[in-house]
Amino acid sequence: MRAYWELGKSSFRRHSTYRTAAVAGAFTNSVFGLIRASLLLSAITTAGGAIGGYSAMEAATYVWLGQALLAPLGLFGNAELAGRVKSGDIAVDLSRSVNLTASYWAQDLGRAAFDVLPRGLPPLIVGALVTGLAMPGTPGPYLLGFVSILAAVSLNFLGFFAINLLSFWVLEIRGFWMLYMVLMNLLSGFLVPVTWFPGWLLDFARATPFPSMLQTPVDILAGRTDGVESLAMVGVQLLWLAVLLVVVQVMVRFGSRRLVVQGG
Amino acid sequence: MPIIDVENLSREFQVMEPAGRFRRRRKTVHAVRGIDFTVEQGEAVGYIGANGAGKSTTIKMLTGVLVPSSGRVSVCGFNPVPQRKALARKIGVVFGQRSQLWWDLPLQDSYPILGAMHRMPEADWRPRFRELADQMDLGEFLTTPVRQLSLGQRMRGEVAAALLHRPELVILDEPTIGLDMISKEKLRQFLDAERRDNGTTLLLTTHDMSDIQRLCQRVLVVDDGAIAYDGQLTGLAEVAGAVRTMVVDLATPMHSGVLFSLPDGAVHEGIEANGIRHSVSFDPRRLSAATVLAAISSTAEVADLSLHEPDIEHLVRQLYGRARG
Amino acid sequence: MASPRATSSLTSRRATSSRAGDPHAPVTNFVLLKLLVSARLRSQLAYRGSFFSDVAGQVLLGLTEFVELYAIVHNVSTFGGMTLAQTLLVFGLASVAFALGDLLLGETDSMSETIRSGKLEVLLVRPLPVLLQLATSDFQLRRVGRLIFALAALAAALLLTDVHWDPAKIALAIITPLAGAAIFCALFLGAGAMQFWILDGRQFANAFTYGGRYVASMPGAALFFPIQIFFTFVIPATLVAYAPSLVILELDGPAGIPAWTGWLGLPAAVVLSGLMLLLWRAAIKKYTGAGG
Repeated sequence: MRAYWELGKSSFRRHSTYRTAAVAGAFTNSVFGLIRASLLLSAITTAGGAIGGYSAMEAATYVWLGQALLAPLGLFGNAELAGRVKSGDIAVDLSRSVNLTASYWAQDLGRAAFDVLPRGLPPLIVGALVTGLAMPGTPGPYLLGFVSILAAVSLNFLGFFAINLLSFWVLEIRGFWMLYMVLMNLLSGFLVPVTWFPGWLLDFARATPFPSMLQTPVDILAGRTDGVESLAMVGVQLLWLAVLLVVVQVMVRFGSRRLVVQGG
Repeated sequence: MPIIDVENLSREFQVMEPAGRFRRRRKTVHAVRGIDFTVEQGEAVGYIGANGAGKSTTIKMLTGVLVPSSGRVSVCGFNPVPQRKALARKIGVVFGQRSQLWWDLPLQDSYPILGAMHRMPEADWRPRFRELADQMDLGEFLTTPVRQLSLGQRMRGEVAAALLHRPELVILDEPTIGLDMISKEKLRQFLDAERRDNGTTLLLTTHDMSDIQRLCQRVLVVDDGAIAYDGQLTGLAEVAGAVRTMVVDLATPMHSGVLFSLPDGAVHEGIEANGIRHSVSFDPRRLSAATVLAAISSTAEVADLSLHEPDIEHLVRQLYGRARG
Repeated sequence: MASPRATSSLTSRRATSSRAGDPHAPVTNFVLLKLLVSARLRSQLAYRGSFFSDVAGQVLLGLTEFVELYAIVHNVSTFGGMTLAQTLLVFGLASVAFALGDLLLGETDSMSETIRSGKLEVLLVRPLPVLLQLATSDFQLRRVGRLIFALAALAAALLLTDVHWDPAKIALAIITPLAGAAIFCALFLGAGAMQFWILDGRQFANAFTYGGRYVASMPGAALFFPIQIFFTFVIPATLVAYAPSLVILELDGPAGIPAWTGWLGLPAAVVLSGLMLLLWRAAIKKYTGAGG
């Protein structure tokens, strides 16, 4: 356990050295927040006050929380593992005494921990100044929100990890990567809340783990759902977590066997 | 007119270094400080030095990638940075670690493109390409995509690419790094012949001393941004105060070297093989090998001996030590 | 997947023989450009299976960008004063322009990689402008997938909207995607140049390149007023599609983007391209240390 804690800590430190990148990311997320908030507010005004259960203030809060959590939740992914599979360095990783998935997971949690403040806070401040934020006044949503964020970071990690693992079987994962990004961007509610979707698309989105990766923590943090509802949503997240964990473990098992058979 | 003419050339960089937990301080690093040298047409010069000694900074200033902070540099009669594109037609550059070939294409597909870049009509580059492919045995892998070539094959391809336009000067940055013995030898033979037959000037940086021994009559040793030595390879040994080593195998084991009563200037270095093999280093300017052997033979019976010439890498290291001293 | 080795050696024979003709002919700029581009295309076709899945991915990317717009518009009768068909015209024009710009200079976005890996030095010691080498070496053919979808969206928009065409509008409709492509090329160029100063600042540039694409494909009237001004008169993103669409559809623009700005696309493209080329030259000078 201690090894994973150290891995997480070293990842936190490593990311803390990329300060310009963090500032740049916060800037860009704030600009996109301004554009997205504009668009959603304009549509809500035209619709006469609310769309898909979101009032103007709630939609603005949704946008800014989404922009703030974008980086910490890890919605951009990281292709390090695929590179190591391609170069053959993965053999070294597999021969270590730590579990492959758990060691990358710990490092991703370390990254997320660093990203929260420098990349998350600026969009929230811009949002509070420009449109205002509607945040809950009770501690419940924050506590559950924290759990939900942890689950979402893990889900995003496992999703990208599975795509990375495909490089055990295919030469070039870029096509799969893009497909995943495109679906995730749309269905996680990152662009527009999923409840704004036409019915058929909403049903489709809810059958995937993607809303659990962004919309769920945002909605819980914003206090849009009551305690019971929030607990149920976290339950759904944990369910998907279990599913993805099994998928990833199976892939690691067969992938490393393949590596042994082919001799790298 | 010399092909490379460098006068009082300096380059400094501003870097930020951490000062305390969050602040950083601006610091000036002098990568190259006031070096002078000239290289004549047809020379082969080894440019050697430790990592960070200023080798690559100099190469960048010679090729027009970097402007000097002060001093003058002229390559093939051009001022490198302002006349970079004109200079590019006269020189060939091989960066050991970075490819200039088209990665996903068969090796042979890179040459028509490079020929066109240098504005060579087909009647001009095609025969030259055949000549290079022939001399460097590219034939068997010309149709293989570059990314699938072994390092040795790729490097031969890179050198051919750098020489396609018949440059007057070829600058090679670590051309043999990571190559196997056969590839190294093939490359050296080729470069040597190219210089002999076409009068091409060679400037190479390397960590491999046998490259220098094989190719260069002259070495420039750069240390901490300054030229520490400029001259013939054989002279380097004298400047650095090289030591030779005599290794003797004794008829009966001895477990200490104290009894040898060695003359001044000779040092007992060690014992191997349970007291049978002893090594003694000595300064060849003060002692002859015969004197040392005589001193050893007076105390023990010598069954076999061998002499080891100074290792140039060791010499260079000694030279750095002195320049820093 | 086809073996990359077999495919590329096959195509290479074709390419070298296509240059046949007078072997003493001087190498013109056109010949050189053709060689560079065809080398790039053959490189990408070397992994044929991966290439087609990439193209499909790009089509899908365009599709989700549209679904995103649709997810907003289907909830309201008009969005930023435009019907669904009218927003589709904006989306289509913007997508065609972005796809073209991205196809030509999209990879300058990763300039910091080119600098870090030392690839830039290889480009610098060749007797060709670095920009030309970058544009040809990074020509990503898979991005035609995006262009195909964009053209389809534009065609659908033209069928669905009721436009009273006159010669001026026809001219504007032809100029607009090209001027828009030039604007995105200039933005990508600026993004690449900026990374010479801020090596870790790739994401800064994304605010203007991808942010610009996002703004360009939406009805400008739906933006906050200061954002309208910024993305019209500083970063001319609304001039790519929305402002010309106002002219074509005979609509009034919002306060920050009056309808007459619909004619500003081309001049903005010329000015911005000029400025960004100057910035690029300064960036190369900065790298070689000739600047500050």
